[in-house]
Amino acid sequence: MIVADRKSLEEILDMLKTHNKILLVGCKGCVTVCNVGGAKEVGILAASLKIARKKDGNPIEIDEKTLERQCDPEYVEQIRDIHDQYDAVLSMACGVGPQFLSEAYPGQTFYPAVNTKFFGGAVQHGIWEERCAGCGTCIIHHYDGLCPIARCSKSLQHGPCGGSADGKCEISKDVECIWDTIVKKKMEQGRLADLRHIRAAKDWQTARDGGPRKSIREELVQ
Amino acid sequence: MSDNGYKSGSNLEKVLKAGHFAFTGECGPPKGANVEHLKEKFEHLRGKVDAVNVTDNQTAVVRMSSAAASAIMVANGIEPNFQMVCRDRNRLAMMGDILGVYSLGIRNMLCLSGDHQKFGNHPQSKNVYDIDSMQLIAMVKKMRDEGKFLNDEDIDEPPRMFIGAAANPFADPYEYRIYRLANKIDAGADFIQTQCIYNMPRFRDFMKQAVDMGLTERAYILAGVTPMKSARMAQYMAKMVPGMDVPEELIKRLQGAEKGKQSEEGIKFAIEQIEEFKEMEGVAGVHLMAIEWEHKVPEIAERAGVLPRPTIQ
Repeated sequence: MIVADRKSLEEILDMLKTHNKILLVGCKGCVTVCNVGGAKEVGILAASLKIARKKDGNPIEIDEKTLERQCDPEYVEQIRDIHDQYDAVLSMACGVGPQFLSEAYPGQTFYPAVNTKFFGGAVQHGIWEERCAGCGTCIIHHYDGLCPIARCSKSLQHGPCGGSADGKCEISKDVECIWDTIVKKKMEQGRLADLRHIRAAKDWQTARDGGPRKSIREELVQ
Repeated sequence: MSDNGYKSGSNLEKVLKAGHFAFTGECGPPKGANVEHLKEKFEHLRGKVDAVNVTDNQTAVVRMSSAAASAIMVANGIEPNFQMVCRDRNRLAMMGDILGVYSLGIRNMLCLSGDHQKFGNHPQSKNVYDIDSMQLIAMVKKMRDEGKFLNDEDIDEPPRMFIGAAANPFADPYEYRIYRLANKIDAGADFIQTQCIYNMPRFRDFMKQAVDMGLTERAYILAGVTPMKSARMAQYMAKMVPGMDVPEELIKRLQGAEKGKQSEEGIKFAIEQIEEFKEMEGVAGVHLMAIEWEHKVPEIAERAGVLPRPTIQ
């Protein structure tokens, strides 16, 4: 899923300082699963903002709405009738949500309430980690299902670099050296030969480097 | 390969090919455009080493480019070993710079991944890593031996570089390090310069593996030496520099030196190391990284008995 973190209350208050009536829109997709932008978090943020603004002597009116998904025009339509009743709309979806909203309602102003971070999953309750860089050409089968593009700090296709120590990356003792894991697994399982050849330079055209991307499924296009 | 039997014809290549024990130095470009400062640093190395490594924004701290500093060295009659890291450039910039530095007379280059920018003075920067050090080695070899760019287009006058790579026998997992070295040699490295060595037993073991695998027949391995200036420097390197193995007994030895004599003790240890490397099977030379201590290189070279440096026509 897409993993995000909520922006600080201070930053959100600063964004909204000129507005007195806003719509706060959550999303039931990824941001609900990673506990950052679902109905529950919408309620908490709305309450926090109202309390802060009231304390500041400048109360704000906030209506709450959580869409099935903000990345789907069908659900974005759910605010068609109400979107223009507000000074602005604050979205708690990933970076895709406020953009779909902006495109559907060009006359309204939209703000992001979260910082969208990565494609990943929960490794334990409350901790999410990156697993995929969305490079557009999956090669994890070469590395026993572990992605060095997303998980090596230098995206090395031939690691580990000289900074790997005790299974940790040179950038931080809190970061796993994924190459340490890949190499140990291969050696323990007698498959060292997998690592004994030089891979061609990666073609990044399928990644963001090829420009903004699009996926077209002909059979679905009407 | 060029007509004269050399891959690049660099002094370093000639010295190694002739079977001499090579001795290379290092010089970090200034944090500014101060050419006089750069010259002052590398003048200490003149005639004392076979080539001088010119670092490329080392530790991810921005400095005068290794290309420009290397070219200044060439213009002043000192042979550089141009370092290039994968952190700051994509393949276009890399190939362009390789052609550029070759056209300016540079004949050795060291292909590195580079320290992550998080360590440096611009941690906010975007990193590149379009290709990694293994692919950089292969790319320089392809440019030189096949006369082709990475995309297989022909190069008009290929750059004939003597290709170097780094090896760190002290990073983890240790059991894999020798295979990573083998991969670099397979990719096309002509010579290897190792990370600074302090743990001699581990390095002896590493070299034994290299010899047993026949790697020392296929590439020249230069052992990395950085003299310790003080016990504090040793402690700092042990703790703060990733992939650095500084045994406690070396720290104790430096601490045990008389007051004001810790740097002399550090130099003594370095000289003992060089003496051992001269005899160690498979070691083709020493790479002396006297960090911000270039003026000590003549003394160390003299005392280590590596002077005069051979001159080969």
